[in-house]
Amino acid sequence: MRNILLQSLLRGPLTERHPATDATAAAELAEALGRSARNRLGRSLAIREVDAGSCNGCELEIHALGNAYYDLERFGLRFVASPRHADVLLVTGPVTRNMRDALWRTYQAVPAPKWVIAAGDCARDGGCFSGSYACVGGVAEVIPVDLHIAGCPPTPTALLQGLLALLESAH
Amino acid sequence: MSVLLESLGAGRVVEAHKPVPRVVVDDDLWRSVASRIGASELTLLGLWGDIAAVHMAVLDESEPSVVVVTRQCPHGRFPSVGKVHPPAIRLERAIRDLFGLEPDGLPDPRPWLDHGRWDVESPLAPRPQRPSERAPTRFLTAEGDGLHQIPVGPVHAGIIEPGHFRFTANGEAVVRLEERLGYTHKGIEWLMQDAPIERAARLAARTSGDSTVATSLAFARAVEAALGIDVPPRAVWLRALMAELERLANHFGDIGAICNDAAFALMHAHCGVLRENVLRASDALLGHRLMMDRVVPGGVAVEPTLAGFAQLEDFLSATEKTFPRLVELYDNTASLQDRTVGTGIVAPALASQFGCGGYVGRASDRSFDARRTLAYPPYGELSFEVPVLDEGDVNARVWIRIREVEQSLSLVHQILERLPRHGALSVPCVATGKTCEGLAIVEGFRGDVLASVRLDRHAHVERCHLRDPSWFQWPVLEAAIESNIVADFPLCNKSFNCSYSGHDL
Repeated sequence: MRNILLQSLLRGPLTERHPATDATAAAELAEALGRSARNRLGRSLAIREVDAGSCNGCELEIHALGNAYYDLERFGLRFVASPRHADVLLVTGPVTRNMRDALWRTYQAVPAPKWVIAAGDCARDGGCFSGSYACVGGVAEVIPVDLHIAGCPPTPTALLQGLLALLESAH
Repeated sequence: MSVLLESLGAGRVVEAHKPVPRVVVDDDLWRSVASRIGASELTLLGLWGDIAAVHMAVLDESEPSVVVVTRQCPHGRFPSVGKVHPPAIRLERAIRDLFGLEPDGLPDPRPWLDHGRWDVESPLAPRPQRPSERAPTRFLTAEGDGLHQIPVGPVHAGIIEPGHFRFTANGEAVVRLEERLGYTHKGIEWLMQDAPIERAARLAARTSGDSTVATSLAFARAVEAALGIDVPPRAVWLRALMAELERLANHFGDIGAICNDAAFALMHAHCGVLRENVLRASDALLGHRLMMDRVVPGGVAVEPTLAGFAQLEDFLSATEKTFPRLVELYDNTASLQDRTVGTGIVAPALASQFGCGGYVGRASDRSFDARRTLAYPPYGELSFEVPVLDEGDVNARVWIRIREVEQSLSLVHQILERLPRHGALSVPCVATGKTCEGLAIVEGFRGDVLASVRLDRHAHVERCHLRDPSWFQWPVLEAAIESNIVADFPLCNKSFNCSYSGHDL
């Protein structure tokens, strides 16, 4: 273990060194996001993720925000375990009827001021599941949405962009 | 003719079903197949509803051979398989919810996918009903001094899918866990009815996002079998490449996440980097990080890029250096093994009874891998091992995944060597002018995915059923956690990593 730790220390952070344009864009975005998050929320923005019936593709990419390339937490943005600790609800999925109540109650549990991001094409209008007897079809049908992030699923870069856009538009 | 098919001699073989036979049987033969499954002579691969019929896919592991057995239900009833074979119970509860068909003698008649929130009852039946009043869900009971219940979900504390877990605990020890699923039920099978193949393929790709390649491949192979289409060799190899990349990405992510649930963040961080590298290489190669909609009926949708192959080669050589060090780290960290060894044991008998696929089965002595046992192309031409252990604990499931990563890395090398660099990537799916049926079984990272498709004469989907491996893994998780401490549940759960969406459909 010591070797791995030592190597990681000597190597420096992956975020900085990755040459691909995507990573560079992510790093720029991430820097801007860090500034505005600090201005508005004093270094801290707590996000509660709710899967309202997604295929789990969106969850995989939201998870990726935590890896060494994107490292969301360095900006004070972090995922929290309870809606009562959250500033932002990040909702995915076409909102199945079986999840409608749970989503509504989770929203109610978030203290104001609060924002809602609907992530992924399903969360906008049900995506390819719209019209089903089992789906409500879009997060905005159940709770007020401040921002949609497109993509099936949205890439981690798109998700970072979305968080930035939210911060820019939040009062 | 297989021994399994011979034993069904009294039934009527349906010619339009490819590539394995489908046999329409009477009550007696249906019951006899069910009891042979119950006696572990045969393995249940799937059980699904249809208009006035039920189908059951069975595997004879000794030959190996697969047959679909059909029982017509003109009166809306059929003899319950769950009565003699408990793994079928949830499947029959789902059939009841979706088609309104009544399994006679079903031991647990509570609804499963239908939570009483839909505007219809039996939505896939020819004549769906208005929903009726129903009593709130009863959970199974556990009685005794000092027992308490812990309800968890459907909204969980992490970034995971929704489902409800009802624990009954005695102090720290779990006495009973009951799962309640169906929260992510999107009506995929209903949406697929009468859909053109392309639309149905998009739905199949979104059945379970982490298995999008595997599910798309199962759907595509079922459609191709039904239509009698041979896909170009280049597509066959490219599909296998995608399947192995998906397996690698998921195994990397989950090995790290399991360690993270034992509070060992270092593995999680390093495995997260490996996973991201696979996704980036996949994106460079085929233009989508999860390779969604890249496998389509008829072949592969997108031409791979040269830059993508180069990135893939870089990824391979880097990973072959870093991964062994992580394996060593896992193996040498006693505090981590203290959590994983002996935790969440699945007895081999249970894995075999439930026909658990993937690492859940293979960590509990069930040597089944569709790539080997059913050897669909191109796996018959590739050399790889199917690792099997018999301890059945979290540690064994981690080791199976580690060994599978090694095998998949070798498979990716072999595939890259054999992959034709030029040639067609797909052929059109042309309607045959008559009803046709196909079945396919594909090994996803989690286990075997089964797809059954019936197409009408215009090659629109009449009925499609996708059976995720999770159907036969979720129930076993309830057994694995028994008498473990509540705090070890996340660890056990992650070592299974069953799909909610793939199960709920």
